[in-house]
Amino acid sequence: MNRREFIKIAGVGAGSLAFATPLFDFSKEEILAPDAHPGMYSKRTPTYCEICFWKCAGWVHTNDKGQIWKITGNNDDPHSNGRLCPRGTGGVGMYTDEDRLKTPLIRTGERGKQVFREATWDEAFTYIADGLKKIAEEHGPECVALFTHGSGGKYFGDLIKAYGSKNIAAPSYAQCRGPREVGFIATYGEGVQSPERVDIRDTRCLVLIGSHFGENMHNGPVQEIAQATGKGATIITVDPRFSTVASKSKFWLPIKPATDMALLLAWMHVIINEDLYDKEYIEKYAYGFEDLKAHVAQMTPEWAYGITTIKPEVIRETAREMANASPRVIVHPGRHVTWYGDDTQRLRAVAMLNALLGSWGRRGGYYYPAKVSFKSFPHPAFPKPARSWKDAFPGKYKLAGLALASGICDATVPSSERDCSFKGWIVNGTNLIHTLPNQENTLKAIDALDLMVVIDTMPMEITGYADVILPECTYLERYDNIRVGPHREPTIALRMPAAKPKYNTKPAWWMAKGIAEKMGLGHYFAWKDIEEKLEWELKQVGSSLEEMKRLGVKKFQRDDDDPLYPMEDLDDFEFYTNTGKIELYSTAMEDEGYDPLPKYTAHEEPPYGYYRLIYGRAPMHTFSRTANNPNLTDLMDENSVWVNPKVAQEWDLKNGQYLWLENQDGVVSKTPIKVRITERIRFDSVYMVHGFGHTNNKLTRAYGRGASDADLITKVHIDPVMGGTGMRGNFVTFRFEAGKELSS
Amino acid sequence: MRYAMAVDTQKCVGCNDCVVACQTENDVPIGHCRDWIVEVTTGTYPDLGLEIRSERCNHCANAPCVRTCPTEASHYAAGGIVLVEEDECIGCKACITSCPYDARFIHPEGYVDKCTFCIHRVEKGQNPACVSVCPTHAMIFGNLDDPNSDISKAMATRKWKSLIPEAGTEPKVFYLL
Repeated sequence: MNRREFIKIAGVGAGSLAFATPLFDFSKEEILAPDAHPGMYSKRTPTYCEICFWKCAGWVHTNDKGQIWKITGNNDDPHSNGRLCPRGTGGVGMYTDEDRLKTPLIRTGERGKQVFREATWDEAFTYIADGLKKIAEEHGPECVALFTHGSGGKYFGDLIKAYGSKNIAAPSYAQCRGPREVGFIATYGEGVQSPERVDIRDTRCLVLIGSHFGENMHNGPVQEIAQATGKGATIITVDPRFSTVASKSKFWLPIKPATDMALLLAWMHVIINEDLYDKEYIEKYAYGFEDLKAHVAQMTPEWAYGITTIKPEVIRETAREMANASPRVIVHPGRHVTWYGDDTQRLRAVAMLNALLGSWGRRGGYYYPAKVSFKSFPHPAFPKPARSWKDAFPGKYKLAGLALASGICDATVPSSERDCSFKGWIVNGTNLIHTLPNQENTLKAIDALDLMVVIDTMPMEITGYADVILPECTYLERYDNIRVGPHREPTIALRMPAAKPKYNTKPAWWMAKGIAEKMGLGHYFAWKDIEEKLEWELKQVGSSLEEMKRLGVKKFQRDDDDPLYPMEDLDDFEFYTNTGKIELYSTAMEDEGYDPLPKYTAHEEPPYGYYRLIYGRAPMHTFSRTANNPNLTDLMDENSVWVNPKVAQEWDLKNGQYLWLENQDGVVSKTPIKVRITERIRFDSVYMVHGFGHTNNKLTRAYGRGASDADLITKVHIDPVMGGTGMRGNFVTFRFEAGKELSS
Repeated sequence: MRYAMAVDTQKCVGCNDCVVACQTENDVPIGHCRDWIVEVTTGTYPDLGLEIRSERCNHCANAPCVRTCPTEASHYAAGGIVLVEEDECIGCKACITSCPYDARFIHPEGYVDKCTFCIHRVEKGQNPACVSVCPTHAMIFGNLDDPNSDISKAMATRKWKSLIPEAGTEPKVFYLL
């Protein structure tokens, strides 16, 4: 019986079944309960989502034939509160996608040409083990790097650590949230972390600078924004685009792009000069207030108006709005913040503004997250690598807390200035061609490699360049490590298989362990299988696999001496900074030779006839990962370029027409993009959603649909403090034919 | 009993979760949908407004589809939910033409399909799938005849509208403003 027939029968019996037996029997491990019709059963298995980094916990429901039917949220999960976002709900498409990688592949043709032969797992592992051994002998194991995004990275990380390298980079640092962590650590001695420690639920005023919640479907914050505004909280949105959340805001500041720093400094000026800051809090916790006061003395709203185009009275009014809500106010740090190259300094300004408002460590501001102290299955100590990626950049990026994906890429391109360049890449779940800016440089690096291994569930642009492709089964078909995320209350969550892996695909843990064994490193993976590993680990925190299969999410108590809001009542607190205070004036930045107080720098503006390229997210997609998902491409199968009507008129553009974009360096988008004429974008900018314009024809739904902003990001403004790649300094114009010069 | 739905346009962010949840819950074939998102922008930069609505069959009390259906496949079920009895449907599309909301489509198997308010869930005391997943709790489902239901309370305290009221269909999906 299929689902549709079932509905019909239920419909005929209308009313008679109201409030029948509960759908699930929570006391049983495998939750089986009769549905509306005899023989119609559904079973649920716990998971946490892998479609974005939020990792919401949920349940995978399978029907009586064992087929995956739907995925819903787990009510006990603080990440999802029982409700998944469209990507999580549509996660089933990742499993059903018939374009998935199906078996290990070994390259037989030129890199990038997508010519492979099918291989057995043993052949693939032997190829990789031999390649890694050769690199270790000739160059040292430190010349191998892992690029990773997602759960499987932990296992490949252990593999390369056992092998002798600690170069593990996630593009989510230098291409995304790194500057924010560094800016906040310099101020508070602690980063914002993920999930962000923002107490939106209880805030009275939320300030968003370029953050487009709602379009960016970070589940927890989107839910909490709706909750907070329902209780009367106001939103101030700063964005050159009338985003979804701008439309829900009390104030929308349609700022001239690249000038946010001036606005932040002017806000601090108003808050200090109008005596609106939290005096007790600043006196108790802050270091360098007088320096800051002198620093922003001349940075009046009138000064900022000339830069930002935001009227002085609006700057004052919004500063007062924040101060009125203080301390229950959040100037949100955002997540993808690698924009203009002075991003750490901009995020420092955000951190400082929050300090003036007294919101850090306070209810409705920034909370102190708690996490279960979780022990991993024991393994021998990893060998100590002789070198790290940082050695390639002497005296640079001194405050980078994590490895830079872009830095490793740069240090792979052969150079006479370096003794050793990277020779081997393992790429897990990240499509570096679309993730890293400056594709030409990425391709040069790949060209210089002796070995490149790519692990993914889908064919991507990056898989085309691999020597070996390892097909991973989807998150719905595998176990992974226990999710141990920081939140208001500590929790752990289990992911287990809801179905057998399709095709000849395998989980990452199985691959990493297999390669390790092939290389004589099996003792670092001393567990028989993942269940044994998880069972041991869960036992250490007083749980078990059996319990977690039943619960999905387990909640723990916070320690009594670990308050959620340690600054709520101005209790003594020592911050992890040089001074033990909140550093408005950063001694760490000063020590390393960077500006201790953030300064406004004018950024390059688009030349005549060009528009700043702004990119963002759509709620139903996560980068390349969902590009071919049948359920999610059904909701959105291409992106468009947003153009202001005045600009459209100048260029005689029509809504829905396709054209190519060309950037300031003469680089043209590989694929055409549809024009969307809308008032929602400023006249000096265009906007597009990231993650489209795929050129791998093995992606039957995504191939050639829309254009890739990554193609057009050739100019990169590197953050000197931590090496973040500023990507919002690229300008595009329109062209109406591929590969030819414009006639006018 | 009068089942109805209210969509809070202040909360809806247009994420499409309702659409994909409906598709998986009800096995709606890819390429079709029983609910969808409408975004309406008003004004000129920078004085702009945006209304986002999750739309679906309005389960009208005076439903033109029910009146025009020659085989009585389109009918009122419990609580006023408008359903299509697919075995009775001959695929003549009279209902599709008569529906002012464009809420119906031809299922690849040949009959007319549309939103059922997830009657199979409602009968078990659950919310329709779209309501149950909405990350911002933008949708309220319930009984208009019960003054204490969440939907009755929302309708009593908030400004609201329905779509194309001049068509006289008496829609039962409302939009809180």
